[in-house]
Amino acid sequence: MSNFWHWTVIIVVALHIVAYCWLLFATAKKKTDKLADNTTGHVWDDDITELDNPMPRWWLWLFVGTIIFSVIYLILYPGMGNYKGTKEWTQLGEFQAAYQEVVEAREETYAAFINKPVDEIIKDDTAMLLGQRIYANNCAQCHASDAKGGYGYPNLTDNDWKWGGEFETIIQSITNGRTGIMTPWAGPLGEEGVQQVAAYVRSLSGIEHDAALAEAGAPKFQMFCTACHGPEGKGNQMLGAPNLTDDNWLYGSHEIIETALYEGLQGHMPPQNEVLDEHRIKLVAAYVYSLSRK
Amino acid sequence: MIKHEKVERNVGLLGVLIAIVISFSAIIEIIPLFSQASVVEPVEGMKPRNALQLAGQNIYVAEGCYNCHSQQIRPFVDETLRYGHYSLAGESVYDRPHQWGSKRTGPDLARVGGRYSDEWHEIHLIDPRALVPESNMPGYPWLAETPVDVEQTYKSMKVLRMLGHPYSDEDLAGVADALADKTDLDALVAYLQNLGTAVSRRYQ
Repeated sequence: MSNFWHWTVIIVVALHIVAYCWLLFATAKKKTDKLADNTTGHVWDDDITELDNPMPRWWLWLFVGTIIFSVIYLILYPGMGNYKGTKEWTQLGEFQAAYQEVVEAREETYAAFINKPVDEIIKDDTAMLLGQRIYANNCAQCHASDAKGGYGYPNLTDNDWKWGGEFETIIQSITNGRTGIMTPWAGPLGEEGVQQVAAYVRSLSGIEHDAALAEAGAPKFQMFCTACHGPEGKGNQMLGAPNLTDDNWLYGSHEIIETALYEGLQGHMPPQNEVLDEHRIKLVAAYVYSLSRK
Repeated sequence: MIKHEKVERNVGLLGVLIAIVISFSAIIEIIPLFSQASVVEPVEGMKPRNALQLAGQNIYVAEGCYNCHSQQIRPFVDETLRYGHYSLAGESVYDRPHQWGSKRTGPDLARVGGRYSDEWHEIHLIDPRALVPESNMPGYPWLAETPVDVEQTYKSMKVLRMLGHPYSDEDLAGVADALADKTDLDALVAYLQNLGTAVSRRYQ
């Protein structure tokens, strides 16, 4: 605050306090021009009159009390321009102290299990309850509150992993996020090629398909798709390429195959390390890890 | 000294006197802030919204999103843990009108930028329950079918420049190109993805 405002605030506040004192005592006195019957002389509805008593003393002293309070307050706490107050209180300081308290209490609770191997963490009821809470606040929006996922968002309960289900891998996925990209293949494959490859992919998971088309699709699959989905179509967790042989579909059903081939697909999980610290990521990872091992 | 009776019997005079008394608190509590850098200057790295984000902000206001979503993380531990770093005054300097709000039927959105993927926002705005079955947010499917209003965005940018937002002539000239083939949905998602990204989301 500039010097000008610093002094403006101090002067206006101080003048106010003085003015309130004056106002209080000036209006607290008994009226001198009191009528003989101790009324103000106002009459309503023929016979309703108003007594002209002074303010009760206890009430007056309450006002005095608030003025004394304000002076003490302005000495202890910031209020007078740039003056910091003898307690040096700040909103930020109060927040940081409260935050620190929570962090310490949290770490104290975490200490009981956070450094144990994951198989022990998932047996700890407190850890799982905390993990579930973190999940509900940060993960449920996409993966659903029952963790069964949704259209384009993986089911976390079925032990079928796009990027790997090891504890460390889950931590990686949560910390840094994941970006899965399938590029469109309509160009290299052509209309006919798309139909053939789609039929072949259906054949991989034993879904009803046109055998002749699938047969024609097999070499094209080998040429274009194996780099990510592997020669047998079992996927590659390094790339987040899903297993195509298990009839388990990220986008609802096998009807996505043509769309995927024509337009490509993109899956994006944002990194969570901007929201969660290391220990909380570990806890929620353990919770997710536990879901498919129940 | 004015007689009390005079003040009590003259509403106009009473109003003027009340206004004078109240204006003292404005002088003390509000006006000094106008000259305080942390309040009136943008936080480091904060840029005025680009054309698409600006169009999105106009849609946010028009659809009344502020009725259910606040954009102000208060400096309390629980809010910081849930939403991220508390909001700073310097993050709101390019918000006209500001969207702080005071009602949280839905979550606070001050740092929603980058929290979900673009695709998530698109599905969620069209049909929230497709992603969050428990949600009571209404769907906004028409946004996907409405082209962005180029003229209105251009005018908004011009007015904001008049109010001191640092838009260049190129920014104004580029509005039509930036919004070509964009829908209201694209604009709103761009706006949301930019919210609160100037400051690290995690408090510690």
